[in-house]
Amino acid sequence: MYDVIVIGGGPAGMAAAIKAKQNGSKTLIIEREKKLGGILKQCIHDGFGLIKFKKQLTGPEYAQRYTELVNELKIETMVNTYVSNLKVNGDFFEITIVNRKGIKVLFSKALVLANGCRERSVKQIFIDGTRPSGVFTAGTAQYLVNRKGYLPCKNCIILGSGDIGLIMARRLKLEGANVLGVYEVKNSPSGLTRNIIQCLDDYNIPLYLSKTISTIHGKNRVIGVDIVSVDENLKEIPNTKEYISCDGVILSVGLIPENENAESLNVSISKNTKGPIVDQNLMTSIPGVFSCGNALHVNDLVDYVSESGEIAGLNASKYAFSHYENFDEFLNLEFNDNDFLYVVPQKLKINFNENTIIYFRVKEEIENCVVRILYDNKCIYEKKYNKVKPPEMERIILKNIKLDITKSISLNLGKE
Amino acid sequence: MNLEKIRKKIKKKVGIDVKVSEELHAIKLEGNAKEWEQVVKAGYIAADSKCKGVINNILVDTIDDSISKPNFYNEELDQEECDVLIIGAGIIGCSIARELSKYKLNIILVEKEHDVAMHASSRNDGMIHPGFAPKINSLKSKMNLRGNYLYNKISEDLDVEMNKTGSLILFDSYKTLPLSLIFSIKCKKINLESKTLLRKKLLELEPNLAEKVKWGYYLPSAKVMSPYLMTVAYAENAVNNGIKLYLDTCVMNVVRKNKEITHVITNQGEIKTKVVINAAGTSADIIADMAGDRFYTIHPRKGEIALADKKVGKYFNRIAGMPEISLKSKSKGGGLIKTVAGNILIGPNAFEVQKKEDYTTSNKSLKEMINDRLEIIKSVHQRDVITYFAGTRAATYKEEFIIELSENLDNFIHVAGIQSPGFASAPAIAERVENITLEVLNKSFNVEKNKNYNPIRRKNKNLNIMDKEERDKLIHKNSDYGEIICRCEEISKGEIIDALNSPISVDTVDGIKRRTRAGMGRCQGGFCMPLIMEIISEYKNLKMKDVYKKNSESTIVVKETK
Repeated sequence: MYDVIVIGGGPAGMAAAIKAKQNGSKTLIIEREKKLGGILKQCIHDGFGLIKFKKQLTGPEYAQRYTELVNELKIETMVNTYVSNLKVNGDFFEITIVNRKGIKVLFSKALVLANGCRERSVKQIFIDGTRPSGVFTAGTAQYLVNRKGYLPCKNCIILGSGDIGLIMARRLKLEGANVLGVYEVKNSPSGLTRNIIQCLDDYNIPLYLSKTISTIHGKNRVIGVDIVSVDENLKEIPNTKEYISCDGVILSVGLIPENENAESLNVSISKNTKGPIVDQNLMTSIPGVFSCGNALHVNDLVDYVSESGEIAGLNASKYAFSHYENFDEFLNLEFNDNDFLYVVPQKLKINFNENTIIYFRVKEEIENCVVRILYDNKCIYEKKYNKVKPPEMERIILKNIKLDITKSISLNLGKE
Repeated sequence: MNLEKIRKKIKKKVGIDVKVSEELHAIKLEGNAKEWEQVVKAGYIAADSKCKGVINNILVDTIDDSISKPNFYNEELDQEECDVLIIGAGIIGCSIARELSKYKLNIILVEKEHDVAMHASSRNDGMIHPGFAPKINSLKSKMNLRGNYLYNKISEDLDVEMNKTGSLILFDSYKTLPLSLIFSIKCKKINLESKTLLRKKLLELEPNLAEKVKWGYYLPSAKVMSPYLMTVAYAENAVNNGIKLYLDTCVMNVVRKNKEITHVITNQGEIKTKVVINAAGTSADIIADMAGDRFYTIHPRKGEIALADKKVGKYFNRIAGMPEISLKSKSKGGGLIKTVAGNILIGPNAFEVQKKEDYTTSNKSLKEMINDRLEIIKSVHQRDVITYFAGTRAATYKEEFIIELSENLDNFIHVAGIQSPGFASAPAIAERVENITLEVLNKSFNVEKNKNYNPIRRKNKNLNIMDKEERDKLIHKNSDYGEIICRCEEISKGEIIDALNSPISVDTVDGIKRRTRAGMGRCQGGFCMPLIMEIISEYKNLKMKDVYKKNSESTIVVKETK
């Protein structure tokens, strides 16, 4: 019997396991790949760890710091291991795993789900045309280039301006591929500003806004695409079609938290984040099940992924030791769907002595605004922003919450 | 047959002046049109008359450049001689090959693609129709009813999963209830089990039906299978029983001497043969034309199909559709089907297209279809769709199967116009073609039984449905079964290697996908595709850049990085 089993050995899972172990829990990390580190292993660019380590690290370097700590603390890990089934069994969890040694059932008092996220596929964005080879999600292209050493295309178009797409535009250019442009259907880029500058501007890769691929051509391999302009409602503007010949389409059209494990336990999932609904301890609707990292909500900085891992790991450990103050009373943290894409956590324990970290993303770019937390119609927190925009996740910290279950609490966005 | 009358009718109704003549007891149309729609309309007008078929040679400006062909030529098959040459390794060609493998015959099955089941056989909904829809006494009706029955045994012999779900024809108004009487009269005539169910009873079968569904007509003999797994099974059993399958082999011409075909010319050389069976799907009319025996035209009818995530599979268990009450529509479409793998399959729709292998999908028609078909159930939405594709049905203007020995050639068998319910009819069609072939061959020699014939074929292991003990034991024997490669569908390295070693060896990512389901889940191969490429590369001794999606022109990686 383990105290804490962490599913996923990426930055969130490793941080969770480290905290749980340091808190004295018998901890296990289950990782489906052959090595710990998750997607960081293929992120050979730098920019990781600025907040956590005050240093520009590459993905593998950032992961290395955690794997070393995992080894130092002698945290048990099972790599190349797949979780086939999860079940609640009274006060503990049954985890069926499959690996090259066989099939086995493990038991644990608490669970941390750190499954990460997956990319939206070409099918999820409904493009007209054929289904040729040469269409890759940015992450798959990144894996092929950085981990396997193969170039997926020579002349490519990048659809979507998500961060991995921008980073892959630069990466492919450096490898000698011709990157014809990054096409974004919205009227503003969806990746971080620093990536637009460092990956596109510095390499003369054009970014086209309010343009998208309407049709993919090619019976076997991609031979070209039709590009169209769209209006503010993302509807195609007639007579704007332009054919561009290319042998590759790289998609960076969004990430989805991977919550198949959570769903198999009937954990409640938020429509906004597509991750579990959690309290400030990152416990889900199922007691003893915690969520963190990109499985909880898609982050743009790994530093915050690790941070959420630490919170989930520590609280999972406390839960396993039954030191968990399990008040059943929560207040929902209300917010307006028109202002925010999402807010995490979605619910707050009414008595909470430690820091409560609130992550959110706004729905549209706004300048000179104020984010307030209103409790019982009174402002208990206020923060001014010069600019907030959807690609950039924001984070605020609340201290010492004492809430009354009959009152309400909300996150609000206002003009200064 | 009044040819002038047909000409006038086409001119009046379609607005084009075409030459109408008679050839091989069929009506031949020649001329030009602006739109493909006009060509199709003219074809149907001609088909209304008493004729064997319609040869529709009306041209439109655009040419059909959709038909894929191997991109190489050699003489490898020049020495080949056979008793029976089957053209096309779809469900029809493969089922015929398997039935004929019972005999001591030299059989060659040629397929222009790099794998079997590459066209309609992997681009349909996998429904084994009950035989309710076709006109009584039509060939379609006979083949469908018999095919449905034969599948009970064949699915066991060839070890292909089949779900006996039954199908529901649903209605949203009690006003249509009298239809059930007409339906039951028809069912009685063709000896088909059926039941009229009111909403309450329907909900016992399908608890998630939408409010608007009021009653339904239940046909319990309908079944579901994976059409490509069935085709692979037929092909593997045929190969195990000694037939020769040549992939990447395209028939370029058919050579005849008097009333007999002597050999066919392929991109890989000339093959001498005693009998030719034309099972070329949407290209069957092209093959018939090569043999100088074309009395029909295949006009492709496209269907798009969408698949929803297995996660929502629990909301629907059978086959159901709400038919459009329209007498005009010749097009057939489908509603919803729960596949054997557990996905909800949505569609297909149906519309005429000019190009035989036009497998493009359209955002607009797909979304329309998805939203329309999903109206019959609750809890499943367009956002649950994980993939979609299109196929073309091999329709003739007579909208009937053609399964017969040529009237003009002594050794040419047509198996054409096999569209819906073609998959459901396949075992019966194979049986019929088996008899025709034997009749032809028995004229020149006495066809003997193949003493080594084994009707049984076993599928490769699928570990994620096994119980824990059995699975554990297998992993202990072969640890590759414990290494999960496709995380969405839980497919192990061992299962992928098994597919690579199967009787019809595949070396493409799509080939592996169809046989194992690796890459068919919600991430659509985003995580596992490179891993599968590596396994293929290792086991087939290929460079990574020579591992393809479906054929040598669908490269995946182009070169090594700097």
